[in-house]
Amino acid sequence: MTRPVYLVDGARTPFLKAKSGPGPFTPVDLAVQCGRPLLARQNFDSRALDLVILGCVNVLQDEMNPARVAALRLGLGAEMVAFTTQINCGSGMQSIDTAYRYIREGSHDMILAGGAEALSHAPLVLRKSAVEWFGQMAQAKGPAAQAKAMAGLRPKFFKPIIGLERGLTDPITALNMGQTAELLAHHFNIDREAADTYAMQSHHRLARAQQEGWLDDEVMPAFDRDGVVYTRDNGVRPDSDLAGLAKPKPAFEKPYGKVTAGNASQISDGASWVIVASEDAVEKHGLTPIARIMDSAWSALDPSVMGLGPVLASTALTKRHNLDVADIDLWELNEAFAAQVLSCIAAWDDADFCRAVLGLETAFGRIERDQLNIDGGAISLGHPVGTSGNRIVLHLANALKRLGKKRGIATECIGGGLGGAMMLETV
Amino acid sequence: MTHSTHGPVLHHLGKTKLELGPVVTDGGPWSSGKTEDGILWLVLDHGESALNTVSREVIEGLSTELDHIEKDMPRAIVIRSGKPAGFAAGADISGFDAMGDEGAVDLLRQGHAVLDRLAALNCPTICIVHGAALGAGFEIALACDWRIAVEGASFGFPEVQLGLHPGLGGTFRLPALIDPTEAMTLMLTGKTAHTKKAKQLGIADIVTEERHIAAAVAAVVDGKIDRDGPGLKARAFGFETARNLAARQMRSKTEKKAPKAHYPAPHALIDLWEMHGDDPEAMQNAEIESFAQLLDTDTSKNLRRVFFLRQALKDDARGDDGISHLHVIGAGAMGAEIAAWAAIKGKTVTLGDLDLDPLGKAIKQARDICKDAHLNSQETRDALDRLMPDPKGYGIARADLVIEAGPETADVKEKIYAGLKGRMKESALLASNTSSLKLTTLRDAAPNAAQFAGLHFFNPVSKMQLVEIIHHDSTDDDVIRRLTAFCGSIDRLPVRLADYPGFLVNRALTPYLMEAMVLMDEGVPKEVIDSAAIAFGMPLGPVALSDQVGLDVCLHVAESLKDNLDKPMPEISARLREKVEAGETGKKAGQGFYSWSHGTPKPDASGGPDDLTDRLILPMLDACVECLRNGVAHDVDDIDGAMIFATGFAPFRGGPMHYARSRGYAAIQDRLKELETEYGPRFRPDPGWKGL
Repeated sequence: MTRPVYLVDGARTPFLKAKSGPGPFTPVDLAVQCGRPLLARQNFDSRALDLVILGCVNVLQDEMNPARVAALRLGLGAEMVAFTTQINCGSGMQSIDTAYRYIREGSHDMILAGGAEALSHAPLVLRKSAVEWFGQMAQAKGPAAQAKAMAGLRPKFFKPIIGLERGLTDPITALNMGQTAELLAHHFNIDREAADTYAMQSHHRLARAQQEGWLDDEVMPAFDRDGVVYTRDNGVRPDSDLAGLAKPKPAFEKPYGKVTAGNASQISDGASWVIVASEDAVEKHGLTPIARIMDSAWSALDPSVMGLGPVLASTALTKRHNLDVADIDLWELNEAFAAQVLSCIAAWDDADFCRAVLGLETAFGRIERDQLNIDGGAISLGHPVGTSGNRIVLHLANALKRLGKKRGIATECIGGGLGGAMMLETV
Repeated sequence: MTHSTHGPVLHHLGKTKLELGPVVTDGGPWSSGKTEDGILWLVLDHGESALNTVSREVIEGLSTELDHIEKDMPRAIVIRSGKPAGFAAGADISGFDAMGDEGAVDLLRQGHAVLDRLAALNCPTICIVHGAALGAGFEIALACDWRIAVEGASFGFPEVQLGLHPGLGGTFRLPALIDPTEAMTLMLTGKTAHTKKAKQLGIADIVTEERHIAAAVAAVVDGKIDRDGPGLKARAFGFETARNLAARQMRSKTEKKAPKAHYPAPHALIDLWEMHGDDPEAMQNAEIESFAQLLDTDTSKNLRRVFFLRQALKDDARGDDGISHLHVIGAGAMGAEIAAWAAIKGKTVTLGDLDLDPLGKAIKQARDICKDAHLNSQETRDALDRLMPDPKGYGIARADLVIEAGPETADVKEKIYAGLKGRMKESALLASNTSSLKLTTLRDAAPNAAQFAGLHFFNPVSKMQLVEIIHHDSTDDDVIRRLTAFCGSIDRLPVRLADYPGFLVNRALTPYLMEAMVLMDEGVPKEVIDSAAIAFGMPLGPVALSDQVGLDVCLHVAESLKDNLDKPMPEISARLREKVEAGETGKKAGQGFYSWSHGTPKPDASGGPDDLTDRLILPMLDACVECLRNGVAHDVDDIDGAMIFATGFAPFRGGPMHYARSRGYAAIQDRLKELETEYGPRFRPDPGWKGL
């Protein structure tokens, strides 16, 4: 049995660029900030939900299983089952996908599915040698043993490892994510100017969307305890231009690389939720869905070229449904790096690649820039890794509806060599 | 996780039951039973109310139990309460009034004798305290050898709040047990020591959870618990000179908060300790004498009156309000306070405002209130989670009660109400926090007049306990009942009133505040005016109070009263208008008549005209009489309760109406007539005085 599954509503926090030190919100704080207004504007009692799923990569020690902590803090009651999903940059989409499948199968009717990430809270990690030293100190009994253990103290123990940096490095290939983008830029001949141009457009598009009020129902203001109100994605640079983007030096491969802080996604904090519902739930509660979730797919490839994940995952969808490039009205392709997005577009337009890798007879075709990330993306918005996959699905639904378009795909590359894609149709 | 029900599993399991050893409570104040290994459990479960009070029956019952114990000494004795709410709330003060001086001394001596017998038993005595052990309850615990505190327990001597000091041996048993200065501080301030503090002070020997009580008792009986003896400091206070010095410091500190002329009890306690701190027997005798004397003071009688006034308002506020979601419209100072307080007290709250800035400030304000209310980090998080800033007004459709705290103009309010039509739940109530508009004029704009009423909070909501509930001619009775219960559920004291210009409190307060400004215009310094009011017993002088209320609010209320009352009011001072126009609106602006940059002003000045205090206070009393005559308040007690809990009206005077009664209604009228002759018709006595 496959039941239709709907995306009913969704909301997110503004994405807040990580500055020095931890930001004002933990992942669960962020999930609560946008979850409260989302649930408050529904016409059903929040307890009508039957599951909470939350994607989160960097889970804080104080918030183990953040999905459950968020569910309780949102007042969903002691009986609300909640679990956390982690598939790196796809976590926030994985939560929707799991909800989609549960509902499609018929075991659930209404699920709150989200993503939450506070990269500014990524911990400092102690060196293994330092941890061992702490262990010896703790075990040392008597002054002599303690003095001996104390003597093992080395200054480098206090030099912490930035957890985030480790998280953004692939453990198998030891490549930093930025380096995987450099690799794609090389293979697909993406030059610095093309990447910078793409990045500039991202900023301009987000700025316009903010200005036009297109995000007003999607982005809920967040309020911190010091009285500061965060109303919009604050990494946006409306006046971004090529001259400015040409300034920063390569961030990952000096001095010749093409990937800079300017044409890469920003490190941010943010959360996003969507409500996924069965047809029964839609009828029972008189809901007005934004979109129907048609299908989803996950693919894998070598970690060093993880940036092509969207091509594999999305093509799996279009093949399954016998669709070609003209059938997809809008794309949300997560902007991990400008060079990586452009490489995906180039790959689809490359007949050799499409034949050899995707099993198509010819090139999939050209995805035009006006169908792609039409209101900006992670380069201007930021990329709270566990959240982005959720945001692109939500925004795709809202954008399709706003423009009266029919079908779209939200897709992301995933550190570690994966890709995820989800197809929506408006109702 | 206080958001919601805890679900059926925890509901089924219920709370951990009290460990009562072998005892099955049988209705008497005390029930006892002995375990196989010879430990006698003595359980106090007295009367129908949730908390034990220590009455004559409790003391006599304990005496009877001791008769048996002294004949057949058990291996150890465990004393505890059988009531889940706590150990004991203190003495049964309703019995006090009937007692004359001699009756009191007799009862006290009897009580002391019983506790002395308990203290003298030569087997270990262990008191288990869960919840509060206050006053006489604490004194029973102190007469035991050991105290086991269940997490959440608290100990204290609130007697000073009733114009008394401990009277069943607390004054000598507590200083003998813990650092005497700490003991005196507890008794002088009436503050309670919560579990952790109680352990740290040495009041509690063991802190544990209810589920480990049996094991903790066994540990004490088996001699496995050590404790330190009294410290060096305690021994030092055996010397009179050390006590002289400490007593001097205590006196000056106490005088600032509770001047001897108004509050004799703490000063009497310091005297006792200074004189007899090295001699428990002398202290015991002196405590009895002093307690009996204090019992007979006006201060104590009036403070006990205040206690019963509070009780009456609380009793009225019991019941189910059917309100779990509150939506507040307007994130100004008052709206923010109401929203924060309700969220702290467990309501789901949405706070609506079209502007984001005040919503942000409201969250900061809520955080600060949590801090002031000593909420821990989880409680603060939960309270702030329950308080959702709601710029789009999503909460309106979900709320069981909408409180409008918008600007004080009828047309703005009417616009707000128009926007609510068709959006609120059918069962939902709408209440206005207006302080100056009549409900009768707003009623027709409300979506449903029968479900519309006034709910007037005082600033700051977290500290001012009173809420005025105002009905208009078509408010449904059950709406008033639910609003009253709502106040109870958020731990505020509601008083039910009829619609009247300024309702009760602002009606009575405004002439007092305006007269202060007239006096300033006459050249009397504000410090002199405020000091006179403080000397009368007000917590804050009228000028500082105006600043705290907000000068814009004062002006608004004053204008509205002038327009709506037949009675002559003091002219509104031009300086008040100037201040408001300049944006110097008082505490919230940092500057009013006073500068508030360094906190609440503490004026200390003497002098001023002889009739200063009467000019300030008597118009307030007169307005109260007017309200009573017009049926605004139900009775004299409601008026006194409202004025004390909304304005802090000198509690030791028992309230404005009680003060008028004790000074003499005729005398007040005469004095008002004198003032009328001198200053004009605003002092003309209300016709209502004649009917009193």
